[in-house]
Amino acid sequence: MPIVQQFQQWLFRFGRDEQLPVILNQRRIFIVPTRTGFLFGVVLGLMLIGAINYNLSLGHALVFLLAGLGLVAMVHTFRNLVALRLTPGRVEPVYAGDVARFQMHLENTHRQDRRSLDLAFGQSESVSLDIPAGKQASIAIPFPALKRGQLDPGRITLSTHYPLGLFHAWSYPHPRLSCLVYPKPIETPLPPPVSVSHTGQRHGDNGQEDFTGLRLRQPNDSPRHIAWKAVARDIDHRPLLIKQFAGGAAEELWFDFSSVPAADTETQLSILTGWVLAAERMQIRYGLRLPGREIAPNQGSTHRDTCLETLGLYGEKDH
Amino acid sequence: MAKKITKPIVPLEHGAIPWLLAMAVATAAPHASHQPLWLSLLVGSVLLWRIWLWHTNAPLPARWLLIMLVVASVAGIGWEFRTLFGRDSGVALLVLFMALKPMEMRTRRDSMVVVMLGFFLLLTHYFYSQSIPTGLWLFAAAILLTATLIRVHGGAQPVSSILRYAALLLVQAIPFMLIAFLLFPRVQGPLWGLPQDAHSGLTGLSDRMSPGSLNNLIQSGAIAFRVQFADDLPKKSQLYWRGPALVDYDGVTWRARPNYMQTQGKVPAIEAEGKGFSYVTTLEPHNQRWLLALDLPTRLPAESTLAATLETRAREPVQIRARYTFTSSPNFVANRQETPAMLQQALKLPPQLNPRSHQLAAEWEAEFKSPEMISNAALLFFRQEKFFYTLQPPLLGQNAVDDFLFTTRRGFCEHYASAYVVLMRAAGVPARVVTGYQGGEINPVDGYLTVRQSDAHAWAEIWLAGKGWIRVDPTAAVAPSRIEQGIEAALPAGDPLPALLRIDTDWLRDLRNRWEATNNAWNQWVLGYNPQRQREVLSRLGLNEPDWRNMTAALAAFCTIALLLVTLWTLYQRKSATPAQRAWQGFCKRLKRLGITRADWEGPLDFAARVARERPQLGALTLEAASLFADLHYGTGKPEQLQQLKDCTRRLSRV
Repeated sequence: MPIVQQFQQWLFRFGRDEQLPVILNQRRIFIVPTRTGFLFGVVLGLMLIGAINYNLSLGHALVFLLAGLGLVAMVHTFRNLVALRLTPGRVEPVYAGDVARFQMHLENTHRQDRRSLDLAFGQSESVSLDIPAGKQASIAIPFPALKRGQLDPGRITLSTHYPLGLFHAWSYPHPRLSCLVYPKPIETPLPPPVSVSHTGQRHGDNGQEDFTGLRLRQPNDSPRHIAWKAVARDIDHRPLLIKQFAGGAAEELWFDFSSVPAADTETQLSILTGWVLAAERMQIRYGLRLPGREIAPNQGSTHRDTCLETLGLYGEKDH
Repeated sequence: MAKKITKPIVPLEHGAIPWLLAMAVATAAPHASHQPLWLSLLVGSVLLWRIWLWHTNAPLPARWLLIMLVVASVAGIGWEFRTLFGRDSGVALLVLFMALKPMEMRTRRDSMVVVMLGFFLLLTHYFYSQSIPTGLWLFAAAILLTATLIRVHGGAQPVSSILRYAALLLVQAIPFMLIAFLLFPRVQGPLWGLPQDAHSGLTGLSDRMSPGSLNNLIQSGAIAFRVQFADDLPKKSQLYWRGPALVDYDGVTWRARPNYMQTQGKVPAIEAEGKGFSYVTTLEPHNQRWLLALDLPTRLPAESTLAATLETRAREPVQIRARYTFTSSPNFVANRQETPAMLQQALKLPPQLNPRSHQLAAEWEAEFKSPEMISNAALLFFRQEKFFYTLQPPLLGQNAVDDFLFTTRRGFCEHYASAYVVLMRAAGVPARVVTGYQGGEINPVDGYLTVRQSDAHAWAEIWLAGKGWIRVDPTAAVAPSRIEQGIEAALPAGDPLPALLRIDTDWLRDLRNRWEATNNAWNQWVLGYNPQRQREVLSRLGLNEPDWRNMTAALAAFCTIALLLVTLWTLYQRKSATPAQRAWQGFCKRLKRLGITRADWEGPLDFAARVARERPQLGALTLEAASLFADLHYGTGKPEQLQQLKDCTRRLSRV
């Protein structure tokens, strides 16, 4: 088995493509006859026997023409892939259990159209596209995100049967691809505010006592926190400012990993994810505390994404 | 294997179905000309039904219905042809399946079966015709089949671009076809016994001659064989192409003795004089064993023998068009010594028939001493009495020869030969009827002598002690022009000519000559390309002693070269730029002359920004050109934008 694997490693070049765009040169395009191709061969064999048996000179010519057609079809199937340029595009993060869609940009520098290109990751669902001559096209390849973390879909299988379906040509472009997968959210009631649950540490008495500074207003900010005085001082030149406070128990939540009531880490992370989404929806400021990582309470989509990313990558080595 | 590819079942696109049906029609329809009418009607209506189902997007019929239809039609074919395993019934079955398979065509794989059936069906047309028009039609049909494959695997495209691509693929396949046609080691078929009906419908001389049998042949303008003489051409009156000699006579029909050669071990003794004529005949298949040679052959083609009745016989019936090389000498003495059995047979007459002929012959026998003089008396009789040469003779009674000689006196070669031989036998001179062809026409286009079925002829031979068999043509006594100029000249003006002979305008004759010369070249070089011809051609091309080993090696080598060329040609096209790219490169080149060079990695708009910084006066124009190019190349450019881009280059040169 190791020898077979080594052979496969060598033949199919299971390495990554570090240079972009990935250009499919002839070395990395493989081609075999399809089932239809084999059937075609059998039919040609029968036709040749018929032509010999009945001494049909034109029958010979027809068989040879069709055999030539098979060879030409092989070249053209190869042509449909060769020198194709592939550049990975952006990938939107998804929740575990959803399908990640890896955007790909393909460029056809040939003067002929390329048709019926199938792209897939391994055995998962494939997508098909055509690229007219000298044009570019984009397509998203789906890959199911089963668990949180960095999702590496592996190499792409780029294949085609065009034009005649007699040959199957394929290549394994393997650019560095990654999709951030958040934990699958579990909806549970939000935890009680920190000020009530916490006793040892002081975060401000009434939640709005400890003024810490001003910042620019964001769309989600409550109008009650706008620093009207500051605005009034220089109404022409200042954008709206928001008063920032430390603590603020009435509107702040701390999502603490250690306090999540669940048996295993993954469920805990899923509950935390559910909380983050719920809090964001309810426009409550929230902070996140994980072993070795703490995110100060805040609000807004950037904050949410930071929290979700932290949850998604929790425990992974490179983070 | 990297992985096991599990193929999902791909449904067939609705838009691909018309292609498959058109392909089914194109491959099945030409068979209608030789198939039973009910089958053609059935196939036609099933295909129409399928088109209707496609049009209305209706579901396909239930399986049990199809099975019943298949069983009933297969039974019908079996009943019609009396077998299911013959050639014609096999073709009928293929045509039937071609019509019925689309009825259960749901997936892409189903449609592939239909296309493969179509490829096979293409071959079967060659059973019936291998002419140039058939070849062209089948090339067009092959384009349609290829286009169908492209449509099924490539999705919707304009019809013209699919057809153009299919034609391109087939044109690229032509070099492979030529190489393989030339070099693929040919095997002489058949590989096994052919079905009974394999060679039905071939025309030509028969081994018997009854009243009217030659007449049918003479009406046909079909070509019997073509002859290429090595150097000199014999005189027209020497062009007697010898077929079977007919010895047995029952009062109505003359018959050749089918196993004469086997029963008689004696080899004919030919003494030829003078220089002979060397020639190659290309004989159309007639499903008989005799070959047509100029009277009398001295050198025979391989695998043939001279029968006791002096016709050349091949080992097997001639079922394919083939070439035979002969040398013949018009001056010969044949069988100076003849076997008593043959002489006895050559004197036999049915008793009690034709009493008046017997009486006339007896008078001549008493009057003249030598057989030559008796023969001359007979010829003189034909010449002096009022005999007419016509292809529409009146009917003859039971004493056919008496009626002809003394009452009707109208007939053509078979009547004269028959009557002459009867007279000779009655006078005690051994005689027999010889059938064959007389004359032929030189095609000025390629120099081949063309002999048609209408040149079919019957003459006589008498045997003289010490001189052997001597040819006597009584028709020549009545209508010398038949021998000198051909049948058109021999017929009286009022007689209707056989349709194909009625060509009197020069340009029409010229056209026919050209067409037949083309056909002859086709026959000689394409259809007649058999193992022997292949060896000849390959030796002439410099392949010494071609056998299957070096032929296969050469085949592989040339196919590899052709494959490389096709690959290079196909892949080279990537280098050529689109019109927009060429226009943009033109613009950049002009800028380079002005001192600004675009780096390879620089996008058009980045480049324009840099130009604006470095040469502000060129910035606006470059930006305009770059935007146009970006639109054309990366966006949805319009044709007029290409013109504008070219205008930018022109404006730049004015700066």
